[in-house]
Amino acid sequence: MNDLQKLTTLLQRLEGQLAQCMKCGMCQAVCPLYAHTGREADVARGKLALIHNLANELLQDPLEVKKRLDRCLLCGSCAANCPSGVKVLEIFLLARTVISGYLGLSPLKKVIFRGMLVNPKLLDHVLSIGAKTQKIFSKQANPFFSTSCARINLPGLQKRHFPPLASTPWHKTTKTINTSRKANPETNRQTNHIRKLSQPGQKPSCQTTGQQKPGLKIAYFPGCLVDKIFPHLGKASLRIFNHHKLGIFIPEEQICCGIPALAAGDLSAFKVLVKKNLELFVQKDFDFLITPCATCTATIKKFWPLFADKFSPADQKAIFFLADKTRDFSEFIVNELCPPSPANLPQDQVMLTYHDPCHLKKSLNIFREPRQLLALNPNYKLVEMDKADACCGLGGSFNLQHYDLSAQIGKEKVKNISKAKASVVATSCPACMLQLTDQLSQQNIKTNVRHVLEIYAQTLK
Amino acid sequence: MLKKALINKYIEILGKENVFHEEADRQTYSYDSAVLPPVVPALVIRPTSSESLQQAIVLCAENQLSITVRGSGTNLSGGTIPVSPKSIVLLTNGLNKILEINDQDLYARAQPGVITAQFATQAAQKGLFYPPDPGSQAVSTLGGNVAENAGGLRGLKYGVTKDYVMGLGFFTPSGELIKTGSRTVKCVTGYNLTGLFVGSEGTLGIINEITLKLIPPPASSQALLATFSSLEKASETVAGIIAQKIVPCTLEFLDNFTIRCVEDYRQAGLPVDAQALLLIEVDGHPDQVRDEAETVVALCKKMGALDVKLATSQKERDKIWQARRDALPALARLKPTTILEDATVPRSRLPQMIAAIERIGQQYNLIIGTFGHAGDGNLHPTILTDSRDTGEMQRVEKAIDEIFKQALSLGGTLSGEHGIGLAKRKFLQAETNRATIKLSKSIKAALDPALLLNPGKIFE
Repeated sequence: MNDLQKLTTLLQRLEGQLAQCMKCGMCQAVCPLYAHTGREADVARGKLALIHNLANELLQDPLEVKKRLDRCLLCGSCAANCPSGVKVLEIFLLARTVISGYLGLSPLKKVIFRGMLVNPKLLDHVLSIGAKTQKIFSKQANPFFSTSCARINLPGLQKRHFPPLASTPWHKTTKTINTSRKANPETNRQTNHIRKLSQPGQKPSCQTTGQQKPGLKIAYFPGCLVDKIFPHLGKASLRIFNHHKLGIFIPEEQICCGIPALAAGDLSAFKVLVKKNLELFVQKDFDFLITPCATCTATIKKFWPLFADKFSPADQKAIFFLADKTRDFSEFIVNELCPPSPANLPQDQVMLTYHDPCHLKKSLNIFREPRQLLALNPNYKLVEMDKADACCGLGGSFNLQHYDLSAQIGKEKVKNISKAKASVVATSCPACMLQLTDQLSQQNIKTNVRHVLEIYAQTLK
Repeated sequence: MLKKALINKYIEILGKENVFHEEADRQTYSYDSAVLPPVVPALVIRPTSSESLQQAIVLCAENQLSITVRGSGTNLSGGTIPVSPKSIVLLTNGLNKILEINDQDLYARAQPGVITAQFATQAAQKGLFYPPDPGSQAVSTLGGNVAENAGGLRGLKYGVTKDYVMGLGFFTPSGELIKTGSRTVKCVTGYNLTGLFVGSEGTLGIINEITLKLIPPPASSQALLATFSSLEKASETVAGIIAQKIVPCTLEFLDNFTIRCVEDYRQAGLPVDAQALLLIEVDGHPDQVRDEAETVVALCKKMGALDVKLATSQKERDKIWQARRDALPALARLKPTTILEDATVPRSRLPQMIAAIERIGQQYNLIIGTFGHAGDGNLHPTILTDSRDTGEMQRVEKAIDEIFKQALSLGGTLSGEHGIGLAKRKFLQAETNRATIKLSKSIKAALDPALLLNPGKIFE
């Protein structure tokens, strides 16, 4: 069997799922990319047709298919809106790994994924050089946002406004933490009204008692962006955990959840990263794994299990175990800690709007809890923007490969943020924060970009 | 694939980013929403102005290339499937501007690639109402709606697309611009070319601009859900409502199989033992709405409805219509392939048609759920199958033939909303007659002598 036949055989395994697509075209209504280009190959229906055609040798050029599959944010808007329930994201990720496996990775990607990403110490070293020398290549762009931009038009940086790399990654300043479970947290309080706010069908542990369960211990997974660009979010997270008297476990290393490698179709680097994470977290004592990044949460809960069959039986068990324990930050605080609502609302509230990260709302159906978390800070009043759940346009590596398209989508988002007339836009994903900051900064729309956990942390003494 | 020199001519007219010649791109334009074999076109072009549209059409004609116009490609009868591997697909989504919404003279002008729901929203923002609401409205285009005379749930009271097209500008294959209709309420200048064009499925010309009628929105509405233990009782209720001279803006129906699927899917508390559900909405002046709703409730009860629920809030109203919107997705999840049919009969024949569909389903051992527009007799028998099962697909074909024969024998029609396209050509003569087809073909030959515009669609 030659390589192309191997490719088609592997892709044919997707036929059962591909057949679910009834070509109704409803994905066109929600795809952020299709909205700008109007090209069928940019929308789910077209991509699914291409994968099917490649699998059945109606198309013989895997590279042409890959180019089109890569024109995709992996936002999951299509899947969330599909009347037939086609598991589009799963099909796309599986197809990407099969096709990249056949075509091989570009040398640059090999260096990034298999050279650096899987070697956290090497990655830290390279980034620390980057952090020290960034002032050579970049200059201040917008003081309101503390963003930088490239001094000259460098490929890869283009017009971007970006927050600088932290001088030291968060995990290096924080080191390992492994505190014991606390028997009687001081924050027990009656919170009757919180029970009504929880999602129907879900039974958070504090719902029945109105109180945080004593002796909770959590593990924290900051994700690469918090670790290397937004360390203040790591700090704020710890403040929150300590305030709630939680037992905390933070491992000695921070290892990428693997989504950049998976999105590039690099199954081998992805497997290494998952395995390293399993070694860090499994067999450790904690009740929940908390992450402040919507994409990391979706990756651990949905995409790790999707590829579980590529691991040993023991590792498969560990993957499902960890995926089950993983919680988004807001979800955890609102449903497990039941913080009390503010007693009084001040006269002057700052207008705040919320952007739903795609991976949180569309992949995980979490959109009430971040809003409930925001409501706990009386200094802010939540105003909803139009299309709060429209994709910000970052799409991870999509932003690197298709900056112009990413920026077009981001501009639409910023239009809606601006229309909402809020001083602050809060969200639950550091990647969204990067994109919103870039676009707001470039247009000099002075709206502060914050993570919901920062807003909550402000309420703590 | 066309010769490089010719592709370059298109690129000169339209711009590189608006000409798709690579195999992978062309393959994504080989299908639409109909369950029919794909055909990969030779080239796909996307004009972004009237000028470039005209020039592109002329270039196609000069090279004797047939053209299939495509909006969002959601057609259910194969109207947007390319004609042959040598044909061109002409996309309209580059012509997507709303040119004018005139709230004084109650009309709007739009390019063909405007998405219907977006158009309706823009009109609503100016306090105006565009009633035609085909199920695909979130993605389908005005041009596609005009080409197919698209319908929707509001058809009974408000009419369909043809009732809102006041005028058109369309190109002939030789690139001449034909102007039809006007912006005035009344117009009788020359032949009613607008009427000829609407529903012509891309075979008589290529739309450049559409003038659409807008009306004032209703002041209020009331939604109801009525449960019946038999189809007969439900249909008699439909007849009874009309007999009372009440024309609800929506009068939809779900059969038992569909009800159970929707309940499985949504768990909203639908009565799964009901043989039929009627979802009704009356709209208009608040007093009229109140009166009509009362009359409808009384009528339903008189006709033996097991239960009648009035929506008392926006949330309850949304819940009722969600059940109707869920019908297709809930059914579609049962099997990989969903074939949505469109057989339409006079309202009074609904019970017979529904019974016939059930009998046909049993006869050919197929899963068929039926829902649709009870008020206007436009049913959607939905066959759930698997296109990879060749044996079953043969039975599906026979069943569809039977359904059409039944509809025609009851004085009905092959297509209420989805068009003839490729799927229903063979039945056309049975519904009309040889003379009608001959006349139609001569009209086609007059407008498109070289048979370049979507040839092979509608007529065999």
